[in-house]
Amino acid sequence: MIRVALPAHLRTLAGLSGEVELDITAAGPDEPDVTLGMVLDALEAGHPVLRGTIRDQATGRRRAFVRFFACQQDLSHEPPDTPLPRAVATGSEPLLVVGAMAGG
Amino acid sequence: MSGVRVLVGTRKGAFVLTSDGKREKWEIAGPHFPGWEIYHLKGSPADQDRLYASQSTGWFGQLIQRSDDGGQSWQPVGKEFNYDGVPGTHQWYDGTPHPWEFARVWHLEPSLSDPDTVYAGVEDAALFRSVDGGQHWQELSGLRGHDSGSRWQPGAGGMCLHTIVLDPVHSGRMFAAISAAGAFRSDDSGVTWRPINHGLQSEGIPDPEAEVGHCVHRIAMHPARPDVLFMQKHWDVLRSDDAGENWHEVSGNLPSDFGFPISVHAHEPDTVYVVPITSDSYHYPPEGKLRVYRSRTGGDEWEPLTVGLPQEHCYVNVLRDAMDVDALDECGVYFGTTGGQVYASADGGDSWAAIVHDLPAVLSVEVQTVP
Repeated sequence: MIRVALPAHLRTLAGLSGEVELDITAAGPDEPDVTLGMVLDALEAGHPVLRGTIRDQATGRRRAFVRFFACQQDLSHEPPDTPLPRAVATGSEPLLVVGAMAGG
Repeated sequence: MSGVRVLVGTRKGAFVLTSDGKREKWEIAGPHFPGWEIYHLKGSPADQDRLYASQSTGWFGQLIQRSDDGGQSWQPVGKEFNYDGVPGTHQWYDGTPHPWEFARVWHLEPSLSDPDTVYAGVEDAALFRSVDGGQHWQELSGLRGHDSGSRWQPGAGGMCLHTIVLDPVHSGRMFAAISAAGAFRSDDSGVTWRPINHGLQSEGIPDPEAEVGHCVHRIAMHPARPDVLFMQKHWDVLRSDDAGENWHEVSGNLPSDFGFPISVHAHEPDTVYVVPITSDSYHYPPEGKLRVYRSRTGGDEWEPLTVGLPQEHCYVNVLRDAMDVDALDECGVYFGTTGGQVYASADGGDSWAAIVHDLPAVLSVEVQTVP
């Protein structure tokens, strides 16, 4: 189970009151890692209204003012096939999707 | 008794203001979509309860919302605005080619006859249409594909298609305006387009016959006389009597001919309203006096309308989509300001009162006359 924490605007949009839990199997020794792209794919599949709000629908690029953090790491600039930290993949820590502070 | 529903888009959400035909007491509902920019929301002329709203932020991009109950509840619909084919380039501010990139929807124009058909004007300038209630959007690429498209340049606010006017008489005729490309007309329901900017004089464009490059701010039409168009350009108020083939200036005695909105009285095709703004350097009213100007002669002769409007220390702006009229027997006129006021006049502009004082900056005002 993967946990994702969304910013307030996206929780409202998706009708969510807390973290999103996504049923993605944690990586085993012989299984592929859980990646950032897999989590975003699952998030958008479960909540289609979020398509385009975190990453561009056409290009897949992260929107400029959205950031990804997990386990004190900034994953914002990592490619989609980046394996998530083990603590995120096992559900003990959430993936944080953050609306960047901007605008002064 | 008939009433009115005023749809207000702001920097931080949408509001729906309702009143009976007296237009004295108002109910305020909202904010809908709190915290989001609502560039525009508008109701279908064919179904008063069908509304469309453009919702966006710089953080999370563009959404389109639809209401089927007059704005009481909303559902997100399609938001994929993909340019047709390989988008190509337009000119950037420095004259270099710049790829067409979708930024946001500025304006939504529902069909006059079909509630499920709606047009969207977007930045970077293009026209899209949905025929399934906003679920899917298809570009009408004949506009952006016009020979001049690669020469279009953005204005200071971006290269936006902000005005869509549908002709209720001539089947298939529609108009669009783009900052800072100019006005365009289609006679085949948006398949092909041509610039209609003859007669526009724009400081900084040395060629008086320039086909494009004009910063048109808004176009208005009276539905009973669709060959007559009124235009508020960056500078100059203009009129065309031949559906945009030729334009002539009708700024007349306005204290400034810079401004954004322009509207036509619901029952008097020669009665026109503008809100003069000092200049493009000072986006506030001349002398700090908020005055709507009315012409009853189709332009040239203008009178200030001041009763109930602040006549000192007023430094708000009124944006291009932020003025509209109702269709009650005594035509009501409405406008919103960047200071968050929405003013209404129930007597054609003779007197005004604020419906609300303290909304977020108002981006758009559209009015529905309801049974």
